[in-house]
Amino acid sequence: MSENLIEFNNISKFFGKVIALKDVTMKLKKGEIMCLLGDNGAGKSTLIKTLAGVYKPDEGEILIEGKKTIFDSPKDALDMGIGTVYQDLALVSLMSITRNFFMGREPIKGIPFLKTFDIEKANKIAAERMGQIGIDVRDPSQAVGTMSGGERQCLAISRAIYFGAKVLVLDEPTSALGVHQASMVLKYVVKAASEGLAVILITHNVHHAYPVGNSFTVLNRGKSLGTFKKEDISREELLGMMAGGEELDKLEVELKEMNRLNS
Amino acid sequence: MSEKAKSIASKKVSGQDERLQKVSKLKLILNRPELGALGGAILVFIFFGIVAGDTGMFSAYGMLNFLDVSANLGIIAIAAAMLMIGGEFDLSIGSMIGFAGICIAIPAIYWGWPLWVSIIFAFAMAVLVGYFNGILVVRTGLPSFIVTLAMLFILRGATLAITRLITGRTQVPGLRVLIENDPIAWMFATDTFKWLFTWLGSMNLIALRTDGTPLATGIPPSVIWFIAATLFATWILMKTRYGNWIFASGGDKNGATNVGVPVGRVKISLFIGTAVAATIFATIQVLDAGSADTMRGNLKELEAIAAAVVGGCLLTGGYGSAIGAAFGALIFGTVSMGIFYTDVDTDWFKVFLGAMMLIAVVFNNYVRRRVTESK
Repeated sequence: MSENLIEFNNISKFFGKVIALKDVTMKLKKGEIMCLLGDNGAGKSTLIKTLAGVYKPDEGEILIEGKKTIFDSPKDALDMGIGTVYQDLALVSLMSITRNFFMGREPIKGIPFLKTFDIEKANKIAAERMGQIGIDVRDPSQAVGTMSGGERQCLAISRAIYFGAKVLVLDEPTSALGVHQASMVLKYVVKAASEGLAVILITHNVHHAYPVGNSFTVLNRGKSLGTFKKEDISREELLGMMAGGEELDKLEVELKEMNRLNS
Repeated sequence: MSEKAKSIASKKVSGQDERLQKVSKLKLILNRPELGALGGAILVFIFFGIVAGDTGMFSAYGMLNFLDVSANLGIIAIAAAMLMIGGEFDLSIGSMIGFAGICIAIPAIYWGWPLWVSIIFAFAMAVLVGYFNGILVVRTGLPSFIVTLAMLFILRGATLAITRLITGRTQVPGLRVLIENDPIAWMFATDTFKWLFTWLGSMNLIALRTDGTPLATGIPPSVIWFIAATLFATWILMKTRYGNWIFASGGDKNGATNVGVPVGRVKISLFIGTAVAATIFATIQVLDAGSADTMRGNLKELEAIAAAVVGGCLLTGGYGSAIGAAFGALIFGTVSMGIFYTDVDTDWFKVFLGAMMLIAVVFNNYVRRRVTESK
């Protein structure tokens, strides 16, 4: 059992009468990419926030490396190696790459009460890390606003890894990106996993998830429809399950009806 | 990381550094937030150099005059700039100046407190007011514009009401005699480098009074505070972890919170900063005039914000500089004093200031777009 880096067992979360999550179970090994798929309102955000320590689950347990764990705060989750990259990335576009990379966790030097932000060291590390991803950083003091969407995403992921993430939780990392940018991000995600991280990739885009995922968990209205290994499920089956196949069927019927009336 | 990756990474970085040097030394300077204010200050000096060069504006006495005005404004402008970078406004700065003034004067004159205790009392009140502003903004999530606008009225009204209640008037004179031998007041009331001015006078390099003492007696305390505040604020913003938190809090509150920046604490401390700066301003002016006035500091909050904006601060936060605000204040002070030396009717002063602000904002907006969008 403890070969799983992280385990979610029967997690439930309620907000008053609303059941946001019910009996969700997920297991992840090192080097594994699990895609969490679901339509809007499926409970993805709630699940992310539970992973990140923002919410405490009302039922169920979280195991990290086999040990039962309760996150009291986002910082707790961070300290346990859960690195969450939110959709807004927590990057400030007016600030430099370096200042963003170390935002909130700046390296310091000097004597007590006169400690200064060690910007040389920070610049060096930031440039080095961006170089590793293969991003052309002309100058680590350039503003993040000058970077492309994919580069920003990679910067945010790289930052989470640098600060000790063992489990990467990525919230819709490709949703705002074009094909080229998205593939750049996904490539980096695969690379990170191959270096021994576990990745939870949250998305509603099956086309982005399918090529990189090892397993897929589908959420619908707060409940898990199950976790499927890649070899056990096709892209189309996933898509159908996610959108609620009936709804698409209904749409097809309606469209036909409209066409008939128009003609 | 493997040795190979390391060497590739470092090669890339150093190679790019070279390219950067070639293309964009100038661009780097063009991208600084304080550029507009620096350019503006130079233009203003050239303008007055031509128009008023032979009028005494640039004599030692004339220069100290406009430097003193600039420095006073600069002290509050720098604090306002830091708060703006942190993403908030403080419209209660002007009222805080009046309030701090009577916090010094009433205890010292009517309650018989030693002057230094009154000054410490005023600073303690400033910390309280700033903390209150900050906690209100942080806790309620209301725009600081509204919260501090309310504080503007409350403080000014309280200043007037309390002063009238205790003294029956709106002015509290009689402070000057208390300055001598006070262990703290000298910090706000002593001209420095007197020996230099005496020497310059003895060499007949600067204008003298009829009794032989120089007309300009020394560097006023405001200028020393102003320079110290500029250096201190710049050090904080550029060189400390707290400085990075200020930029982060103003640039993206949620993002900053998510990566562990204590945004609330940063903002509260910045509100305390503006209130304390207002109290430094008030202490210097009250001790210089020897009296406190309930209307002191009226509209100064707008001048401070204007100077910060001319200095390159964005109204939306996350961008700006203390040096820029310092130059912004210098422009204000120089124009407001310089206009007396020209033939221009001083009625036009505010027109000039308004126009200058507009130009500065348009220019700064352009700079910001360059910084964030150029690829």
